[in-house]
Parts: sequence; structure tokens; C-alpha cells
Amino acid sequence: MKHDITSIIKRYNDDPTRLMDILIDVQSALGYLSDSTIEQIAKILDVSRVDVVQTVSFYHFFARAPRGKYTVYLNDSVVAGFYGRENVKEAFDAAAGIKFGEVTADGLIGLFNTPCIGMNDQEPAAIINERIFTKLTPAKARILISGMKAGKSIDQLMQEVLESNAKPSLKNSMIENNIIKKGAVIFSDYIPGSALKKVLNLSSLEVINIMKNAALRGRGGAGFPTGMKWDVARKIHSRTKYIFCNADEGEPGTFKDRVILTAMPKLVFEGMALAAYAVGARDGIFYLRNEYRYMREYLEGVLKEMRADRLLGTAICGKKGFDFDVRIQFGAGAYVCGEESALIESAEGKRGEPRDRPPFPVEKGYLQKPTVVNNVETFGSVVRIIQNGAAWYNGMGTEHSKGTKVLSISGDCANPGIYEVEWGFSVNDILKMAGAEDVQAVQIGGPSGSCIAPNEFGRILAYEDLATGGSLIIIGKNRDLLKDVVLNFQRFFADESCGSCVPCRALTVVCVKLMERVIEGKAAKTDLDDMISWAEIMKKNRCGLGQTAMNPVISTIKKFRELYDKKITAKDERFNPGFDLKSAVSDYDAIVGEK
Amino acid sequence: MTDKKIIATISLAGCFGCHMSLLDIDERLLEFIELVEFNRSPLTDIKKITRECDIGFIEGGCCNDENVENLIEFRKHCKVLISVGECAIMGGIPAIRNTIPLKECLEEAYLNASTTIKSNDKKIIPGDPDIPKILDRVYPCHEVVKIDYFLPGCPPRADLLWEFLYALVTGKPFEFKYQTFKFD
Repeated sequence: MKHDITSIIKRYNDDPTRLMDILIDVQSALGYLSDSTIEQIAKILDVSRVDVVQTVSFYHFFARAPRGKYTVYLNDSVVAGFYGRENVKEAFDAAAGIKFGEVTADGLIGLFNTPCIGMNDQEPAAIINERIFTKLTPAKARILISGMKAGKSIDQLMQEVLESNAKPSLKNSMIENNIIKKGAVIFSDYIPGSALKKVLNLSSLEVINIMKNAALRGRGGAGFPTGMKWDVARKIHSRTKYIFCNADEGEPGTFKDRVILTAMPKLVFEGMALAAYAVGARDGIFYLRNEYRYMREYLEGVLKEMRADRLLGTAICGKKGFDFDVRIQFGAGAYVCGEESALIESAEGKRGEPRDRPPFPVEKGYLQKPTVVNNVETFGSVVRIIQNGAAWYNGMGTEHSKGTKVLSISGDCANPGIYEVEWGFSVNDILKMAGAEDVQAVQIGGPSGSCIAPNEFGRILAYEDLATGGSLIIIGKNRDLLKDVVLNFQRFFADESCGSCVPCRALTVVCVKLMERVIEGKAAKTDLDDMISWAEIMKKNRCGLGQTAMNPVISTIKKFRELYDKKITAKDERFNPGFDLKSAVSDYDAIVGEK
Repeated sequence: MTDKKIIATISLAGCFGCHMSLLDIDERLLEFIELVEFNRSPLTDIKKITRECDIGFIEGGCCNDENVENLIEFRKHCKVLISVGECAIMGGIPAIRNTIPLKECLEEAYLNASTTIKSNDKKIIPGDPDIPKILDRVYPCHEVVKIDYFLPGCPPRADLLWEFLYALVTGKPFEFKYQTFKFD
């Protein structure tokens, strides 16, 4: 066992900044990370035990105790809930004879919850031993558990629950791409390498100017101008610079990057190479969320092909001095790592806590070197802009939002899946396309975005109106918006806060407790006023994720106030309806034996 | 006499430190009693509120049902209720027990502690109508009743208490200085 650990760490040159890879590999070899394993890793890397522990404890896929030979992570997203997740959960519970959060006594099966795994269009879904099982039902859960008890392989288990009409997008997978509307930028015909060949005759500044003229803005959600970001990195004098692709896609309800990577992986890697050419970088890191680990072999294969085709590696397209390669860095389950500086921290083997800025990553990023971090879709767009020109790209979209946007649409609609549309579509247009009727609300841009009511469905998707990283969750009239959606989102934020800033760490938890009380009809009007007033305090958090971590409550109090008011039943506002003396003394009564 | 504001004060699950801090306003006490009349308070030894009050000064959180009863009495009879100090606002030191189940707390106190292990040979955890029932956890006051103002500190400094109470009683403006709530 000690030998395993030593050889794994050797693979990464005893480099403590590669701790994430080391931990992932060690866990995959040994099943979990025991105290003594952690001790050994620390010793070999010559760091303190706590340095290792703090990273291990930060990510929810790192296990400090055994989680079973078969480990089921059942998705806990809102849309999974819409599609019968509770029944599937109960079926798993009953069949395995344990509760979620536990492992069977023989160590065979472990059942756990996990936040959105990017499968909102094929829920309920679960990750079982790094593979994804979609469209689960209670019957399938029972088949899976009995298969596990019979010692079947993951491939066998998958065959047993795969529906005959399924169209998996990859070998040995159940996952479907569900690309429903293709657009001009991402999902159109593409010859790998054509953009790279085109830039060889251009200077780096010319490439950046094309991006500026195209007015390309980052597709992760914040919408920062890509050309400007690259230009800052280009101007900084440094022998080492890094290009990062952010494929952490942790915003619940978003799954477009998964589909882009499955359908158009070369487009994305080529985009990274173009960025490298423009800023003068040689190293690319592709940060992929652990939930998508099933893609590892596939993407490694794609990278290999591209190297063979001289689209990556040394002397790309035969141009001497144009060297660039990409390695895949996996996360281990942490929403906050989608924030670029947290993502860099994580890639350095640390807890994924956002950094203070300035300096910005583009000045001092990975290993303190200039680092460009862009989203999967941004890199894809870059290739098309080079191929077809800034004017072509500029001709699509609205005044401040050019080109197209890939949307992940899920929830209560006939056709959940991927839609690539020009910016400027209204929510109504999109609902019609997706076949959604009787809509109560639409959650735009995930939990950190906003929840809008039918009277706003005329608004358009664009940076100047409804900015979005691409997720739209459609919530039907039959749903309990507060319980099924808002409470789920607030629990998600309470779990996923990195804990660095006090308002985010504390108020997300308090907010969950208050929401539970609201739903039980035990909240006062002043509780709502309190939550509204905290929105200001939340703005003091360091990162965008913390700043928006109470948006689910705040935006629904604003737009669906009547739902909250219905729950406020207390007559006398002087007394807090959340306090119940009888239940507060019930423990004591039981202890002293009073009836 | 009639234009004096009526004030009531109480220490629930507190240490009387906030009351001591009130005494620390020193000679300003003389000025204070020109402005207010104390009703129920440890300072007057009045045991029940005898008339409607303007201000209720609450030290300490709620650790037992008697605290709750008193707090509710204050809320019913005071126009303005102030949570004074860490314990009233957050539960304070008594709330350290909130991470430990009540049963374990009582067993430690009455059965297993070195001072009780020999003397409590019948292994009794006291339960009697005459003694208050311990709550499952210590509650900050605002989780039980509506609180109008929160004065932070452990205890809040005498100057802060004075400036705040003076402003509240006279209706003069009160400036909540940054240093008041910045502790580190």
C-alpha cells in the first residue's frame, strides 16, 4: 500500500501543487483516504499533514472513510426532484437496507447525495463509480442494487438499465446529448485546425484585435471582454504563461459544456491553442469537474489525435516556436471552483477558496504566472471568429451581446436539452421552442441568477437585460416554488460556501433555517425583512458566488411576494412564531421522565 | 415626574455583567434617574412589572422556561425591547452547550462531574415543578420575541450604554460609531 502511494506521487514528480491529482489517484487505488494514507502523502511531499487534510476535507468526492465498493451519488438538483428523485432515493434506501449517507455493513454499497451533476435534461441521474446513470426510476434502482449484490461490473449494470431507444453520445455511456437547436457558432460544421492554420500568418496583436472587433464576451456568465483579457496577458512580460479552460460547470441546471465537450471537443482545444498563440503561452490546463470524469479517456484520446495531427504539441501546424499542449486537471466536487481564482487555487492542490483581487489571474494566476481563464464555450467561439471573421460574428446578436449562446434548458417542458440561439431571444420565444406550458417561473442563470415571473417573459437574453451563463430551469405551475426550488437552492449554497467570508458562511445557513420556517408557516414578516436586508451584507463577500448566494430567496421575495405572504400567518408580530416552548422543553421532560 | 420614561431591566441567562456595565456609567446615573423611573429591575428589586413600560433592557438569552416566561412578560409590557450584550443577542457563553445534547449536559452536571459523582448516589437529575425546565438549547432573545434594538458587546461598554439610552430616552440622534461593532 505504501508502495502504491509512493509510485503515484512519483508520477507527479513529488510536486505538492499536484495534490489534487495525487489524491484522486490514491483514492482510486485505495478506495478512500485514511488518516495514515494522508500522513504518508504529507511525508513524501514534505508538507504538513494539515496541508493535505485541508484539501481533502474541502472537496466532497474525497472520502476519509470507506464509501463502499459501489458508491452511488444521487443527484440532488431541483429538476431531479421534479422528475421523481425522492421515489428513486427511497427505492435505493429500501433495496440496499441503508439510508443515504451510509455504507452497508459489508462495505459493498454506499449511498450519498450530490449537488447537480450536469444531467438536468435526463434526470434523475446518479454517478456510480465515476460513471453516470441517467433517467433512473425506482425499478431501475432496485435492479442496480441487486446487480451490485451479485457483483456485476459497472458496464453490466449499465446494460441492464439502458433503455432500448436510448441514443448515448459516447461509448459505454447512457448520456444523451439532446442537441435540439444547432446554431452558427458552436454546433456547426467544423474542420479541426482550420483556424490555427489561419492565424499562423497573423501577429498575436492581430488575433486579439479580431476578438475585440468581434466583441466576444466570456461565456461563463460574467461576460468579460475576451480580447481585453488576452491583451493584458499578452502585454505582461513573462516566460511562462498559462491558458486555463474552465470546464467546472457547477451552476445547477447547466450542462452545455458537457455537450460541447462531447460533440465538439477539438473546437474547444483549438480555441485554447489560439489563445496561447495570442498571449504567448505554452501550457494549457483544462480544469474539468469530477462529475465528468467519465469523459477522461475520450478527451485524452482527442488530445492524442490532435497531437498526432500537429494541432497541439511542438511546432503546431509546422510553425517553429509555436508550442502548446493541454493537460486535464480534475476537480473533486466543489461548486466554488467555478470561480476562476478558486479554480486556480484548486489546480495548485489547495482548497478552492477564491483569492483576493487584485492581482487578477491574468496578472498573477496559476503558480503566480499570468493566466488566462476562459469558459469552454468562449474557446469554441474563438475558433469560429478566426474562421469566419469578426464582422460575421458581430452581425449576430444584440447591441451589447454578439454571437450566439448555448442554453441548457430543463425542467417542466416537452423538449429539455441544448439550444444554441442568437442573443436577443425573449424568454417567451424560448419557452415556445422548448414546449413549455403553464409556466410559473423561469430560473435564469442557475441559483445565482434570477427567478423571473410570467409578466417578465417578454425580457430578452442578453448582457444588457437577462445575462446568463446559459441555464434556464422552467418551473411549472404545479410546483411548490418555495419548497421545491428556493429551499433546494439555498441548501446548495449553504453546503457549497467555501467558508472564507463570514456573511456567506453564516447567512447561507441562517437563511436555510429561516426558509424552513417560512415553509412550515412559522416565520414572521420581520424574518422576510431581515433576509432582504442581508442581501446588502452578502455583497461584501469576496467572490461572485458568495455575493449571489442569497439570490434565490431575494429574487423570489421580490417577484413572488404573495407566496411568502401566504405563509406568514402569525397575528401578533411581537412574538416570534418560530419559537415553540413545548418542543423546546420536550427533551428535558423526556430526561426527567415527566409525562 | 409623569414625563419620565419607565424602564425595566432583567438578566436572563446572563452573568449580570451588562447590569454592572450599566452601573459603570458612574455619576451619570444621577442624570439618568432624572430621566427615567425604574420599574422591574435588580436595581429596584421589583419582582413583576407593575405598569406599562417604555423600555425593556434584556441581558442574557433564554436557557430555561422561566427565562422565556420573563422575556414574554417584558415583550407584553415594554414598548421598546433591547437585547443588550452577547448573550441576549447570540446566546453567548451559555450557548456553548448548544453543540452538546441536553442529556449529556445534564448527566455531566449531575451524575458524572467529580463534585457530584459521590454526593448524588441516587443518580437523580432534578425535575420538579418548582424549578425551571431547561430548554433543548440556549436561544437568543430575538428567536423568542421581536427585539427592537441590539447593543453588542460583552458587556457593551458603559459609554455605549449611556449614549444609547440617553438618545433613546431624550429622542436625540444617536451615532453608532464604527468602533462600536468592530472588534478585531
